[in-house]
Order: sequence, then structure tokens, then C-alpha cells
Amino acid sequence: MADQSYPEDLRYHEEHDWVRIEGEEATFGITWYAQDSLGEVVFYEGPEAGASVQKDSSYAEVESVKAVSDVIAPMSGEIVAINDALADAPELINTDPYGEGWLIKVKLSHPEEAEQLLGAAEYRKLLDS
Amino acid sequence: MSDPAPRRTPLYEQHVDLGAKVVDFAGWEMPVSYEGIREEHSAVRTHVGMFDVSHMGEVEVEGPGALAFLQRVLSNDVARIELGGAQYSCLCNESGGVIDDLFTYRLGGDRYLVVTNAANHATDLAWLGRHSRAFDVHVRDVADRYAMLAVQGPHARAVLTAALKVELPPRFHISHPRIGGRPALVAGTGYTGEDGVEILLDPEIAVPIWVELLEAGVVPCGLGARDTLRLEVCFPLHGNDLTPERNPIEAGLGWCCKEETGFIGAEAIATARAEGTAEKLAPFRIEGPGIPREGNPVLAGGEAVGTVSSGTFSPSLEVGAGMAYLRSDLAEPGTELEIDVRGKHRPARVGSKPLYKRS
Repeated sequence: MADQSYPEDLRYHEEHDWVRIEGEEATFGITWYAQDSLGEVVFYEGPEAGASVQKDSSYAEVESVKAVSDVIAPMSGEIVAINDALADAPELINTDPYGEGWLIKVKLSHPEEAEQLLGAAEYRKLLDS
Repeated sequence: MSDPAPRRTPLYEQHVDLGAKVVDFAGWEMPVSYEGIREEHSAVRTHVGMFDVSHMGEVEVEGPGALAFLQRVLSNDVARIELGGAQYSCLCNESGGVIDDLFTYRLGGDRYLVVTNAANHATDLAWLGRHSRAFDVHVRDVADRYAMLAVQGPHARAVLTAALKVELPPRFHISHPRIGGRPALVAGTGYTGEDGVEILLDPEIAVPIWVELLEAGVVPCGLGARDTLRLEVCFPLHGNDLTPERNPIEAGLGWCCKEETGFIGAEAIATARAEGTAEKLAPFRIEGPGIPREGNPVLAGGEAVGTVSSGTFSPSLEVGAGMAYLRSDLAEPGTELEIDVRGKHRPARVGSKPLYKRS
């Protein structure tokens, strides 16, 4: 498992998802807190490239031995890439939640949605409350 | 339950110090895992792990009428428990439904200890108390007198013998060594499909013994691994696979029911045995992706044929697996099924017990 961290360069959704915005594209994943609460991820089922995702809606499922959790899209757009490595190694979500454990890359349809997301400090405050 | 405040075992601080995830289980704050369910599971399959199961209850039954009383309330033939023996049984209601499943240890000529599931302890106690009135017997709640550790795995006996310097009882027997200078009770029983023992200790020495075993290399394991281990070997869990609405015949526990002893529920169980039951509990594994969960509908040929009673990811088999109550004609190894996992129909196949076999 990775050590707890919430990188400053990411934006956060209160359902424990992160987004890394690079121009019109963004990478989505789940936060350290989300993977830690779930435990070791043993199964990941995500959407196909080309599908669209809607802010605040579920687009994937992550499952640990004990529990299943919906993954919520922090922003809207069309999926341009999926992380194929997760099919065989879903544990990457635990070991490197902000790196190799990314879930999808999206072409953003509403980049302004970023304003509704939390910064790292705000997200940490939410976790502490 | 009557007591809303969560209860803690004598080892609670140890669990917290070890970084365990703690959850509420049957009114107890119990560790679900420490380092991770898969690691803990694997420790028990390959080496040795220990579980704090102090939440389990104990009831002492003593007196000249002890045997006759237990024969009346327990499904197995209690007369067959020799001194120092241990026996698995169901506690049934009049319609043959399973109130609890439990082990009975024979401590003395007319003294027995019954180990209850935490969630059922109060119910069991009330049931036993009520039915004991017709017998010359004392039924005592002694749950507070014991902490309980399950030490399980292929190396459990070797590690325990070296660490505690005690002789361990054979499987399904008990012994009464002194551990940490206090009288203890060790039973050759468990809930993992591996060799090992369960140790009932004076709660006051639970912490030093736990620490000693940690230092001896025994891996602390939580309720998460306890569930995956038992499910892989198809041991039923009361509340999931066993309920007061299901009889032991449909649960596959006919082997521990001896109707000729005249226990409460024997008539209904004899009828179920003779006539068969509409459904049977069967183990299955998913073929492909997907993890079954309790309550998932089971289909065959597009038709609803049952319900998953326990489901998980099996760390040893590395697939989704579980047990389900199925229409009896389908509860045969090899039957193709589909499990409806949140709307996705996952192909599955009925397996034979146990799903996991030691290689």
C-alpha cells in the first residue's frame, strides 16, 4: 500500500475521486482515502474508450475482498483512454493511486466544472471533518 | 440487542496499536483486517495466523441432567462426546430451523461448555435457560470468563508448542493446560479448513499471550480473512447460510443431526430428510470476472433458481466464489448458473465441497 498523500496539483471530488487536468484532457482516479477505505482491490470494471461520463455519475466499479464501490466522475466528457493494466493488476489502485493506478483519460466537455472541485487542502479538511 | 454501546474484547487496544481496521460486528468492535485480507488469508493457508474471537460466547451446562438436557436441545448425539471431546451441533427450533450452530466441549462427567456465535449468544442463552427447567441442570453464562484466540494454519501446532510449552489436544478434543500461569482450555477446532486450535483464556492474560504469539511470528488476522477462509472450505456462517427459517438438511448439515435422540426440531428434520427440501445450499465459483455478494439472485436458463447466501473474492482460488440456496435439482456439482451481480449476469458453476482443497 502507498503512504497517505493528496498531491497539490490535483483537483478532488467529495466522493473521493481525483482529476489531473492537462488542457482539454484529464485523468481520473480514486484517492488514497478511497482505496484505503476499500482495502485491497481485487477487481476493477471500467467503461470502454469512446463512452461518455457525466459529472457526479458512476462510471466504474472497484471491488475489494469485502466491498464494492462505485466510482464517481469528477467531471464530464468522453473517454479517450482506459488503463488496460488494471484488468490484470487491479492492485495498482492501492499501490500507486495517483500514478499507475489511474482509471480513465477523458476529453472534457465542460472544463468549467473544475471550479466546483476541491483543492488538496479543502479535500483534506473534508476528510478530517 | 439490548446493549447499544459497542463492546470491546481484552485485545482491543492491541488491534488498534497494530493499525487494524475496526468494524462493528454483532455489537462488538472487532478487527476486520490489519495488513490486508489477502496477506492474512495466505498466512493461515501457508503458515500460521491468529484471530481474536473473544466476542464468541460460552455457556456452561452442569448437573446430573446435563447430558439429557443437551441431548434435548442439540441436534447431534451428545452421548457420543467422551470426556475431553468436542462436537459440532445445531441448536434448532421446533420447526427444525437453525437458531445457532455451535461446538460443545465435555469438561467433566456432567459438565459441558457450549460455544455460541456472538450475534446469537443472548438468544441461545434464553433458549437454553427456558428448556433447562425440565432438567436437573444449571445453565450459566460464562462468556465474561473467557478470552478466545483461534490459532490456525499448517504451522500452528509447532509454533504454539514452542512458544507456550504446552501439549495440544488432537483434532476435536480439548485439553486443560496452564497458560501464562492460569488454567486455560485448548480445543482442536477451528473455522479455516486448516489445522490449529482455539484457546480459551483468562481475559487477564489475553494481552501477554497475544504479544508472545506475535513475537513468535504468528500473523494477526481479522474477521475479513476469517470469512474468506471459512467460505473457501464451505463452512456455513450463521446469519448468512444458516437461519432460523432454514433447517440443517437444506444447509447440508444432516450429518450432525441424529433425529433418534429426540431433540427439539427432530421431527421436522426427519421429514425434511425423508421428503427432501425445495432448496439446498451449494457452493459455486464464478467463471470469469465478477464477485458475488450476499443476496445476489441466481439464475439458470434465464429463470430465478436461488439466492447467494455468502459471496466473496476467494484469495486462494483467485475468483469470485460463494454459497447459494438453489432449487434442489440444480444443487449438483457441475450445474451451470448465472449470478446476477448488480444487474450483470456472471457465469458460474456449482462446485463440490470444499471449494478449496489443500494441494
